[in-house]
Amino acid sequence: MTRPIGVPLVILALASLLAIGLSVAIGSVALTLTDLGAVLFGDAPALHRTLVLELRLPRTLAAFATGGLLAVAGALMQVLLRNPLADPYVLGLSGGAAVGALLAMLAGLGGLLVSGSAFAGALLSTLMVFGLAHGTGSWTPSRLLLTGVVVAAGWGAVITLMLSISPARELPGMLYWLMGDVSYARTPWPGLVLLTLICLVVIPLGRSLNVLARGPLQAAALGISVRPMEWLIYLLASLLTATAVTMAGSIGFVGLVVPHMLRLVLGNDQRLILPACAFAGGTLLVLADTLARVVIAPEQLPVGVITALLGVPTFLYLLYRSR
Amino acid sequence: MVVTKRPTMQTLSTRQLVIDIPHRPDGYPLDLTIEPGQIWGVLGPNGAGKTTLLHTLAGLRAPRAGSLCLDNQPTGTLKRRAFSQQVGLVFQDHQDGFPATVLETALIGRHPWLSPWQMESADDVAMAERALEALDVLHLKDRLVSTLSGGERQRVAIATLMTQAPHTWLLDEPTNHLDLHHQVAVMKLLTERAKAGNAIFMCLHDLNLAARWCDNILLMYPDGEACWGRAERMLVPSALERLYNQDLTTVEVDGAPFFVPKRG
Repeated sequence: MTRPIGVPLVILALASLLAIGLSVAIGSVALTLTDLGAVLFGDAPALHRTLVLELRLPRTLAAFATGGLLAVAGALMQVLLRNPLADPYVLGLSGGAAVGALLAMLAGLGGLLVSGSAFAGALLSTLMVFGLAHGTGSWTPSRLLLTGVVVAAGWGAVITLMLSISPARELPGMLYWLMGDVSYARTPWPGLVLLTLICLVVIPLGRSLNVLARGPLQAAALGISVRPMEWLIYLLASLLTATAVTMAGSIGFVGLVVPHMLRLVLGNDQRLILPACAFAGGTLLVLADTLARVVIAPEQLPVGVITALLGVPTFLYLLYRSR
Repeated sequence: MVVTKRPTMQTLSTRQLVIDIPHRPDGYPLDLTIEPGQIWGVLGPNGAGKTTLLHTLAGLRAPRAGSLCLDNQPTGTLKRRAFSQQVGLVFQDHQDGFPATVLETALIGRHPWLSPWQMESADDVAMAERALEALDVLHLKDRLVSTLSGGERQRVAIATLMTQAPHTWLLDEPTNHLDLHHQVAVMKLLTERAKAGNAIFMCLHDLNLAARWCDNILLMYPDGEACWGRAERMLVPSALERLYNQDLTTVEVDGAPFFVPKRG
């Protein structure tokens, strides 16, 4: 809590820029640093401009925003539950958001209503998992995880049902709700704006989160209004997850892997960890998406496959260690 | 800087307070005033409601009846943060969520005194380090709390309360897990705090620690009956034998009574 906050964040910000540059440069047409500079500062061939500004950069930024949002959502839920295994995907928030968004789309709604419906889905899922897992006393990890996993499986079944009754020609474009894929992201801006806002909000909120991480009674004894605070975190985590899911479907495990790695290196001051999660989560997903584009080029993998391959071992390791 | 922001000390008292223990009929209403300079010991058998009373006094759970006052003003209207500048509590057991170092844990105590935008200053860190020093755990400041022994954790918890620096100190069995030397050290520290004007109110299981260090005693019986007053009037063998349902032998050591359970 006494560590300087600036240095790690500057390093992570630089890493983010590097990853974004790399992601934009790599692809079927490889670009050099000078090519990129030319695109940014004017005199580049039209092909390069289109490639970078209209194809690669929006996708890269969408990946960055999605990863950042998911990592921050995961870190928030871990504080709320005092459990490093909490993750929006594992606990079914992503599934709820996806069902909400799909329902809105099948009903022919668009734009904000889809996002609102995704938010409602994520919130409903949060309330269900936490309500059911709470029982008496506090959340035991096993009860919470079981509830979350079962709810997530339920949402998965609902999504599959909706996909199987929707017109076959729309299927390929809808599968990403199950296994997230950034290539369908339309615009990165709402996600980026929300990510910036949340990083500003956690500056005044951070110390209260640190105290809350010590348990609700201790937090109350130190002057925190625990209930309103917990509700605020529920809402924020649901909002972040819903925004990420509306952009790129259910990408798993980013919210698990990123906060865990960062805590190992940076400690557990939320004022540092949450903004660090925004940068590191974004960086991770940008890199994962770059990998997903090139590994079996010209075919592309959904990025969710890559994050799951990273996330599942991490999850199992955490579970093993927590015994 | 921290010291100048300090509001006046406010005395904690209860009016006809009945604590809420599920499935138990209303206990005897409590009219306690925990004056500056006093050291209260709460004695009673397991399950008599000592911890519930402390949590109620700390504002963590609502009473069944009656009210809690700071300087005769009901605390209901007070902001939690302002209340926790006046009243602090050391819990009986300490759960760790995420790994935290000893210094970070003690620094948490500054929370009620800092505005949301403030970072902990060098003064706050110095305050936490003084508290750790007073509890003889400063040498552990960079260790993770989860790696400490029970007694060391207990001392870190008391240091956190000292860093919080409330006027009224509530402590739930502060000598739990402590070796003999540190039991005495903690009692001495609490006596010093009382002399400096703080009010101390703690649950104890050790009759003889209470007899030696407390000037006021609250006896809590399992059926909800309660009586309180100056220690010398309360610590009489007949009352204590009824309290614990245990025969006692009383001897005198250093001018104070010393209670030993009878065999059989």
